[in-house]
Amino acid sequence: MPSDAPPIRTSPRPGEQTNAQRLTERLRSAASRNGALGALLLLGAAMALLSPVFLSTQNLLNVGVQAAVIAILALGQTFVIISGGIDLSVGSVAALTAIVTGLMVADVGLPPLLAILLGLAAGLASGLVSGVLIAYGRLPAFIATLAMLSIARGLTLVLSGGVPVAQPAAVTWFGSSLWGWLPVPVLVMVALGLLAAFILNRTYTGRAIYAIGGNEEAARLSGINVGRQKLIIYGLAGTFSAVAGLVLAGRLASGQPQAAAGYELDAIAAVVIGGASLAGGQGRAFGTLVGALVLAVIRNGLNLLNVSSFWQQVVIGAVIALAVLSDTLRKRRN
Amino acid sequence: MNEPAREKTSPHTGVELLRVEGLVKRFPGVTALGGVSFDLHAGEVHVLLGENGAGKSTLIKCLAGVYQPDEGQVVVDGHPVTLNTTRDAEALGIATIHQEFNLVPGLSVAENVLLGRPPRRFGIVDRQAMYAQAGAALARVGLTIDPRTPVDTLGVARQQLVEIAKALSLDARILILDEPTATLTDDEVDRLLALMTELRSAGVGLVFISHHLEEIKRIGDRITILRDGVGIGTVSAATPRDELVRLMVGRAIASQYPRVRTAPGEDLLQISGLSSPGSFEDISLTVRAGEVVGLAGLVGAGRTELLRAAFGADRYTAGSVSLRGTPVARHDVRTSIHAGLGLVPEDRKAQGLVLGASVAENLSLVSLRAATRLGLVDRARLERGAHRAVADLGIRTPSIRTTVRNLSGGNQQKVVMGKWLSADPAVLLLDEPTRGVDVGAKVEIYQLINELTASGRGVLLVSSDLPEVLGMSDRILVMAHGRLVGELTHEEATQDAIMALAVKEVESSRAL
Repeated sequence: MPSDAPPIRTSPRPGEQTNAQRLTERLRSAASRNGALGALLLLGAAMALLSPVFLSTQNLLNVGVQAAVIAILALGQTFVIISGGIDLSVGSVAALTAIVTGLMVADVGLPPLLAILLGLAAGLASGLVSGVLIAYGRLPAFIATLAMLSIARGLTLVLSGGVPVAQPAAVTWFGSSLWGWLPVPVLVMVALGLLAAFILNRTYTGRAIYAIGGNEEAARLSGINVGRQKLIIYGLAGTFSAVAGLVLAGRLASGQPQAAAGYELDAIAAVVIGGASLAGGQGRAFGTLVGALVLAVIRNGLNLLNVSSFWQQVVIGAVIALAVLSDTLRKRRN
Repeated sequence: MNEPAREKTSPHTGVELLRVEGLVKRFPGVTALGGVSFDLHAGEVHVLLGENGAGKSTLIKCLAGVYQPDEGQVVVDGHPVTLNTTRDAEALGIATIHQEFNLVPGLSVAENVLLGRPPRRFGIVDRQAMYAQAGAALARVGLTIDPRTPVDTLGVARQQLVEIAKALSLDARILILDEPTATLTDDEVDRLLALMTELRSAGVGLVFISHHLEEIKRIGDRITILRDGVGIGTVSAATPRDELVRLMVGRAIASQYPRVRTAPGEDLLQISGLSSPGSFEDISLTVRAGEVVGLAGLVGAGRTELLRAAFGADRYTAGSVSLRGTPVARHDVRTSIHAGLGLVPEDRKAQGLVLGASVAENLSLVSLRAATRLGLVDRARLERGAHRAVADLGIRTPSIRTTVRNLSGGNQQKVVMGKWLSADPAVLLLDEPTRGVDVGAKVEIYQLINELTASGRGVLLVSSDLPEVLGMSDRILVMAHGRLVGELTHEEATQDAIMALAVKEVESSRAL
C-alpha cells in the first residue's frame, strides 16, 4: 500500500507543495474507500477534457442546481435504506408538498411562511403514515411506500384538479440565487447533507438506524425501540422529500401535479451509487451527495456534448450498474 | 508423529486419500493459516482440534474449494490438485458438511439430497427415480423418513443426516464434518458417531471438527492440533486430555469449570407461574444475588422460550416476572433492561450481534440510550466504554473499529457479554453462552460469570452442555416438555440425575 510508505520529500520547504500533496493523497485514499467519489472525479476529469465549458463556475453551479432535488430526496432515502427499508413515495410526497403549500396561499390565503410549514407537515405526515404501516402494521416497506406513492400522487391531483398551482415568492426564493450567483438549491442541498450526516453520526436515532439495518432482531433485543425508530426514519424521509418539493417548486416557480414523478428511482440510485447497501446497515450521507452529483454530472456533461436525452438514460443505467459493480468487486477483494 | 493407533479403532493403514502440505492462507491484515500439514487415510477419522480462530474453518474452506490457499498444496490420491470451486472438490470426492446447513428449507428431503442433479427423463424430473435414489441415500445414514417430507419440518439432528446422505450420494470418499455435534443432544450425538464409525469401516476418510474432547476420544484415530493458524502437530487420539488442552491453548487450563461459589443473597429475579401455551407451563423460579441457577433439559424443553419471555422478547399468557420485588411489564424489552435484566441470546449471529458493525458499535448497543442526552450520543463516552470492555473481557481484536464478523466465535460471544456488562444488569440470562466457543474462551466466559456473581449479580444459565451446567451452577432446575420437573443442588446433581429427570416423561413421545 502506498500510504504505508513515508512520504518522500522532494521539496525542502514543507509549504504549499506538501499541503497539495497531502490533499491529493487524502483525495486518493477517500476515492479508493468510496467508489462513488472516484467515479465523480473521473467523470469530472473526462468532462473537463471533452468540454471547455464544464469547469466554468457557472456550469458547476448548474450541476449543483440540477443535483439538488434528487440529492435532497436521496438524503431522506439514505436513512430508510440504511435501516434496511426502501421508500418509493419520496417523489409523490415532494409534489404533494408543493401543491399543499401553493394552495394554502393561493386558495386559503394563509401567510406564505405558515403555508410552507403546512407543506412540510404534509411531507412529515405522509412519512409517518408509511412508518406506521411498516412499524406497527408489519407491511413490507416496499408495499407500504408503494401505496403511499399512489396515495400522495392521487391527493396531489385531487387537490390541484390536475392543473399547476402558482407559488408565493417565499417558495420561488428556494429556486433563486443569493447575491446573484449562489443558488439556494445548492445551499439547501449542502445544509441538508450536513444535517443528515449529523443525524446519522451523532444522534441516538442515527446510531439506531445502523443497528436496525444491520440486524433488527439484535437491535430489538438490545432495547432499541425498533417501531418508534422506524416511525422517525420514515418521518425524516417524508420531511426531506417535502423540502425537495419546495426546492423543485421554487425552480419551476409553480407547483406541478406531475412533478418529481419517477424521482424515487433516481434517489435510490444516488444512495446506492454512494455506497449504501440495499440490505441495510451501510451507507453515508456524504456518499449519497456524491451519488447524486454523479448522476447530475452525467446529465450535464451529456447535455454539453449534445447527446440526446434518450441516450442519457442508457448511459445513466450503465453508470449505476458500473458504480455498484465496482463497489462490490472492491469489497469482495478486501 | 505416527504413534500406533489404539486397537479399538481402525489403524490408518488404508491408502492415503488426502495430504495437505504447508498450507498458507492470508487475508488482509491476518494470516489465517500459517503453514498446516496433515494427511488422511481411507478408514480413518482425523480430528482437527484448536481454539476458535485457530484456522480450522479456513483450512476446511481451502479443502472444500471455497478459498484458494496462497502457499502449499493439497494432494488427493497422490496428485496435487487445485480446488477453485466447490464443484472441483466434489468431483474429487470431497464433501463438506458446514456448521451452517446448505439445505433449501421449502424443498423436500429428496430434492435436497439430489439438489442440482435430480434424475431426469427427457429433461423432466423423474420423481419416482428421485424418491428411490434419495430413499437409498437416506437408508445408508439410517434415516427412515418419507423422502417427500419437507426438509424444514425435520429437527436439527435429522437435517444433519440429510446433509450427510447428500454428501454420500455424491460418492464422497472424503467427508469433512465441521462441528456436527454442536447442536445435538447426547442421544443424537451417539447416533452420529455410530454412523461415522460405519462410514470409516466402509473406507471413507473423515475429517472431524469438534470442541468436545469426549467425542474426539470416542471416535478419533489421530488428531492434528492447530493454534493461531499453525499446525502444532499430529498426535494419537489416545493422548491424555490435559495434554491435548495444553497443546491447543499453549498453556494448561487449571480447572475447566472454575466456579467460585458464594453464599447467595437477596432474591433478585422472581418468575411466578409463567405460561406460554405450546412452549412452557406454570414455571416459577427465583434467582438470588451471587447465584448461578442452571436450567437443564433436552433441546425443545422450552428453556430458550422461557428465557426470552422472561426478558420480554416474547409474549406470555399468564404469570409474572419481577426483579427485586418490582414487577416487570410483559413483552417489553426496554422495561426489562431498565429493570436490570439482560439476555445473551442462543444464536449470537442472528440475535446477539450486528455482524457488519464494529466492535465498538456492538458494545454500545445497550448503553446507547444511557449515553444519549437530548437525542445526541456522547461518542467519546461510548468509545471509552468500548476500550474498557475490550480490556476487561480480553476481547482479542485488532481494534475497536474492527467489524465483528471478522472475530472468532469466542471473541464474538465476549462482545455480546460486554454489551450487557456495560449496562450493568442485576440478572443476566445466558442462553448457551459457550456454544461453538473454544476451550480457552469458555474458561474466560466462566470467569466473567464468577465476577458477575461475586459483585452480587445473579445468573440464569441455560446450557445443553451438561458438564458446564454441573460445573458452573449453584442450583440446577430441570425442564422437560415445558415444565419444571426437578431441582438439584450442585452437590447432589450428576449427569445421570439430570438426564433421569429430563427424559422421565419424554421418553415415550420422542421419536429420533
